[in-house]
Amino acid sequence: MAWRNIWRNKRRTLITAASILFAVLFASLMESLQKGGWNNMINNVVSFYMGYAQIHQKGYWEEQSIDKAFEWKPQLVKTIESPREVIRALPRLESFALAASDDLNSGALVVGIDPKLENEMTKLEDRLVEGTYLQEDEKAALIGAGVAERLKLNINDTLVLISQGYRGVNAADLFPVKGIVKFGSPELNKSIVYLPLKNAQNFYGAEGLITSISLQIEDKDRVEAATESLRSQLDTMAYEIMDWQQLMPDLLQAKALDSAGNYIVYFILYMIIGFGIFGTILMMTKEREYEFGVLTAIGMKRRSLMATIWIEVMLLGIVGAIAGVLASIPVVSYFKYNPIRFSGEYAGMLEKYGFEPIFPALFDVKIFVAQAIIVFVLTSLLGLYPWWKIRKLKPVEAMRS
Amino acid sequence: MIIQTKGITKIYNPNKIPVNALNGVDLQIEEGEFTAIVGPSGSGKTTLLNIIGGLDQATQGEVLIKGENISKMPDNQLIDFRKNNIGFVFQAYNLIPVLTAKENVGFVMLLQNRSKEERDQRVLELLQSVGLEDKVNKRPSELSGGQQQRVAVARALAPKPAFILADEPTANLDSVSTNNLLDIMARLNEEEKMTFIFSTHDQRVIDRARRVITLVDGKIASDQVKS
Ligand SMILES: Nc1ncnc2c1ncn2[C@@H]1O[C@H](COP(=O)(O)OP(=O)(O)O)[C@@H](O)[C@H]1O
Ligand SMILES: [Mg+2]
Repeated sequence: MAWRNIWRNKRRTLITAASILFAVLFASLMESLQKGGWNNMINNVVSFYMGYAQIHQKGYWEEQSIDKAFEWKPQLVKTIESPREVIRALPRLESFALAASDDLNSGALVVGIDPKLENEMTKLEDRLVEGTYLQEDEKAALIGAGVAERLKLNINDTLVLISQGYRGVNAADLFPVKGIVKFGSPELNKSIVYLPLKNAQNFYGAEGLITSISLQIEDKDRVEAATESLRSQLDTMAYEIMDWQQLMPDLLQAKALDSAGNYIVYFILYMIIGFGIFGTILMMTKEREYEFGVLTAIGMKRRSLMATIWIEVMLLGIVGAIAGVLASIPVVSYFKYNPIRFSGEYAGMLEKYGFEPIFPALFDVKIFVAQAIIVFVLTSLLGLYPWWKIRKLKPVEAMRS
Repeated sequence: MIIQTKGITKIYNPNKIPVNALNGVDLQIEEGEFTAIVGPSGSGKTTLLNIIGGLDQATQGEVLIKGENISKMPDNQLIDFRKNNIGFVFQAYNLIPVLTAKENVGFVMLLQNRSKEERDQRVLELLQSVGLEDKVNKRPSELSGGQQQRVAVARALAPKPAFILADEPTANLDSVSTNNLLDIMARLNEEEKMTFIFSTHDQRVIDRARRVITLVDGKIASDQVKS
């Protein structure tokens, strides 16, 4: 009879199933956008710049000092690239400097890179918005769009870099701006300056030295395997091997905090969803009180009636949840390819926190299925309301309405 | 004797504003009767039928059905007792809206776990005897009020109950449908010896009964058997 009820009472079925469908869709979309936003941010920093893991001389990350630079030896490259998961190793010499144009200046992260290798991992060349890419050993700089804006620099203008080099030597030099690159991460955008590795070593007085090796790893999920095997092959007293989560504890913390905040948001979301579904169940129960009265009067046991109604709600729950998953697929993939883009004041705020103000949805069927299950469980719990109602139902009173 | 009531009293809202709906009703009904409970609105007809049918509890007194005291029966047992012994026809909306006429009639038998063949055969017979063999697969919303009441009578008969209680079964029907329904009930009473107890305040219906019990203010004012 449960099936009959669902099948033959089309209006009620549609309302209930639709309320469940929208619940699943809404929750899925929210989670997809939230996770997608984070993924985008991690991607912006991790795969477009930092790499999923890095190797430094022990203690470098703590101090961030160029004095902890170490020698870049072919033997080391061979060892590092030996684990199967490691695709390539990128040498970098990183330090902070004061960047200046004729009458403006600003702090900059000066990074010496091997232009060819760097491009292979981070597709740096694709980020050019103006000018051309660096050649090996040429004396020129590639600067972030934010740096260019702040210092009012254009292609072929001269960039002045001033810093303290390796072991305290004075470092100061002029570099023509050869290209301007734009990053998703606002942080990188406004501080990065790339130099070919040789020129950077020259500038910092650190011939043959690098501060870090960034690793390109075949897959995010293989990071742990890669670092494990490197730890067994490298002298861990001399080198530190850190994965992206250790490199960016702030980001993880922010993410954890965001997730905590999201528990509240999800709680509210499920409350709203719960009330919506409860409303339809309540309406259904109210509408059918008379019918329940007749059924008990003519000899249907409460237990059977409860079970019938519960099965009915569960069937609707399943249908609604599946429909919700199906509906989520096109909607979420739309938002994956057409990310939500914030502008104006809110965008500025997001950028301040290091977020690129766009939220591409993460398309992961696991999210939809998990949300569908949550909503389904919620529905079957709410489906106990008629149970409770039937338990204390008096046929005479039910039929007086 | 299939129904016997002893000193039934019903007080609604005993704690707030009490309403004395029944004041000591003693009644005996024999097998094969065709009895009307009559009286003005508010005289206690519905209350009496509900108590006899085990749908409501008397404040005082006892109801014996086929010698069995149903007044203190536990809920689940009472539901089973109703299912197997009492047929109900209510004033309106008797039927389950999503089920067809056939399914409605067979429903109680389904609850009794009767086989499909047995059900199908009996349901068809019953729908024929109420003249609705052509409406077998219609849903209640596709039937007229009179047709719905006839389906309800067929449903009440299906489990072969000891008697049928009908509370103002014709209250919402026009005179043609009323006569039609009463013809069917009377025929079933004669041919199948089915006991009917129905309440009404419609004189034309009262005229068809063979015994008329009149309630006034929750008491039996008169009890006449026509010859
Ligand atoms: N659930 C109830 N609560 C309070 N009073 C009721 C209730 N049901 C019926 N009554 C009262 O009991 C009396 C008898 O009602 P009822 O049995 O319905 O009479 P009838 O069916 O003859 O019209 C009336 O005064 C009515 O108002
Ligand atoms: Mg009444």
